[in-house]
Amino acid sequence: MTKLLEIENLHARIGDNEILKGLDLSVGAGEIHAIMGPNGAGKSTLSKVLAGAEDYVVTSGTIRYQGQDIAEQSAEQRAAHGIFMGFQYPVEIPGVSNMMFLKAAVNAQRKERGEPEMAANDFLAWVRHRVKQMKMDPAMLSRGVNQGFSGGEKKRNEILQMLVLEPKLMVLDETDSGLDIDALKIVSDGINAMRSPERATILVTHYQRLLDYVQPDFVHVLAAGRIVKSGGPELARELEEKGYGWLQAA
Amino acid sequence: MAANPSEIETLVQNRKYAAGFITDIESDSVPPGLSEDVVRLISARKQEPEWLLEFRLKAYRRWLTMREPRWAHVQYPKIDYQAISYYSAPKSMKDAPKSLDDVDPKLIETYNKLGIPLREQEMLAGVVPDRPQVAVDVVFDSVSVGTTFKKKLAEAGVIFCSISEAVREHPALVKQYLGTVVPFADNFYASLNSAVFTDGSFVFVPRGVRCPMELSTYFRINERNTGQFERTLIICEDDAHVSYLEGCTAPQRDENQLHAAVVELVALDRAEIKYSTVQNWYPGDENGVGGIYNFVTKRGDCRGVASKISWTQVETGSAVTWKYPSCILRGDDSVGEFYSVALTHHRQQADTGTKMIHLGRNTKSTIVSKGISAGHGQQAYRGLVRVGEKAEGARNHTQCDSLLIGSNCGAHTFPYTEVRNPTAIVEHEATTSKIGEDQLFYCRSRGIGEEDAVSMIVNGFCKDVFKELPMEFAVEAQKLLQVSLEGAVG
Repeated sequence: MTKLLEIENLHARIGDNEILKGLDLSVGAGEIHAIMGPNGAGKSTLSKVLAGAEDYVVTSGTIRYQGQDIAEQSAEQRAAHGIFMGFQYPVEIPGVSNMMFLKAAVNAQRKERGEPEMAANDFLAWVRHRVKQMKMDPAMLSRGVNQGFSGGEKKRNEILQMLVLEPKLMVLDETDSGLDIDALKIVSDGINAMRSPERATILVTHYQRLLDYVQPDFVHVLAAGRIVKSGGPELARELEEKGYGWLQAA
Repeated sequence: MAANPSEIETLVQNRKYAAGFITDIESDSVPPGLSEDVVRLISARKQEPEWLLEFRLKAYRRWLTMREPRWAHVQYPKIDYQAISYYSAPKSMKDAPKSLDDVDPKLIETYNKLGIPLREQEMLAGVVPDRPQVAVDVVFDSVSVGTTFKKKLAEAGVIFCSISEAVREHPALVKQYLGTVVPFADNFYASLNSAVFTDGSFVFVPRGVRCPMELSTYFRINERNTGQFERTLIICEDDAHVSYLEGCTAPQRDENQLHAAVVELVALDRAEIKYSTVQNWYPGDENGVGGIYNFVTKRGDCRGVASKISWTQVETGSAVTWKYPSCILRGDDSVGEFYSVALTHHRQQADTGTKMIHLGRNTKSTIVSKGISAGHGQQAYRGLVRVGEKAEGARNHTQCDSLLIGSNCGAHTFPYTEVRNPTAIVEHEATTSKIGEDQLFYCRSRGIGEEDAVSMIVNGFCKDVFKELPMEFAVEAQKLLQVSLEGAVG
């Protein structure tokens, strides 16, 4: 059976700086993968390359999603076909309400997939349901996208968007950073709620903490642009104890 | 993430000017050039009374002694005032139309193309109950070609007609107010306008009347080498209320055309005037060839106590703009507001802002200015807040934001504050931001395409101003901005 995501020998650079240097990763439907690694290893680059950021240039290697090479697909096409990236630093869009933003996103994705727009009432009910699930104040829907949000609120909003859009492949870039324990719990519940046999999640994180709430099936260590070690959940605990030094030395 | 300005620029590159068509219509223009004779001729064509001719001639003589202002942050070649024709009227208008049925069908067609609901609205009125009625006056080159809903307005006591008609039908009112807000010697362009103004709209709302519908004027420059010098005068007596909108377009032509209008507003005790502008004069092409020079003097006088004047403008057109809609807050407790969205793209230049002159006690003013620059557009906000000695408890809040799209455009802010009363509170906030590649990528990663993302970000930026526009026109303004920023992706 084809994997949901298959990355082979991926090389990518930004400007003259090569960041990914032959990365391999294979993610099957229903799986949760954690990617850990030291600063500057290329974790955020991997997330952005998957999402289709154009300032990163893929110089060789392939990314196959649902069996198809997505090199030529724009960010918005990838989104419509189910790739979602949770941002480490979500941006603010002043004056554009969260509601308007979600509606634009949902309908743009449906249009790209050739589906009709969602009826306004159904959409409203759907979004309200998800807001409740994330224990957010519904009043946030009329506020500007991330406008004046605290770090924790922004991360929660990322997960809300994910719950509303219902993607297939979720790439969450340090979604746990800047969260207090209560927020971490809510965010983890959101991620777990999306767990299903058709979906997969890639958690990019520095800390074991998130993995106490979201159980990964696989843990990978990304260092110097490559996956240097893979294992089960126990690898994360080992990393927490020993740091990354022993791997890089190896 | 590194910004990639060139990509954003391509998004806004191929701006299309939808109103750029020319109407092929016979017109009666005076030959180019300006002299006392031309001023007399304009006055004679319009069969004006002696006092108005005198007003024009005084202005003309003063204008001869004045120099074109050069302090604005704009650059354009010297204007040859002798190369402009100061009067142009569609020929079929010579015997002025008695009703819309007498209007040249080609003109009606022009206004239909522009989306102006002239006769349709009259017919549809009452048939589609949820659609608000809007009375429209249209000014084509130099003359007004028809005003709708006159009868209904007259029943309410509201006078809404062309200024030429007002001079004929209501000379006392015109004489009482004309030039009292913007005197004939006010500035170079205002003096020029006072000498040669040809048409424009006149609104009079008597004591205690709320105008039953929105009033609207559409201005259109059609003829080549024609200047448009319209003059608008709006008077609200005690406790009267009116909302007025002007829209402007011009054909696409290679040469520059001059538009030097004067708008005067008078609000008496507790009166309220809301004046909205959607200005889409031809902006010139991407190399800066052609386009309208929009040198306009707009001023409102809050003459009565607790009166209120509110300017809302959405400016996307013109090659060069020089314009500062202002409020003189003379009456105690009067309120002045200025909400502005201005877009400069390609080689467009704008020096625009407002003046809030606080004279009365407890006067309040609010300024919200949103400037968007794209391409090689240059934009300056220039705003004056002056608090006079007697203006106890005056308050002003200014919010001035600039949004840059790409890296070849510019935004400049020139705030002037003069406070002569120690009890005044004056606040000024300013920000400059750029549509970043990171904002665009964020939208795209959620499935929203580049063009829609730019348009959404820009609309969000302008929200505080759009919400001040009458409902229907807010939609129009959003569409206009969208069109203005439209371009091929990738």
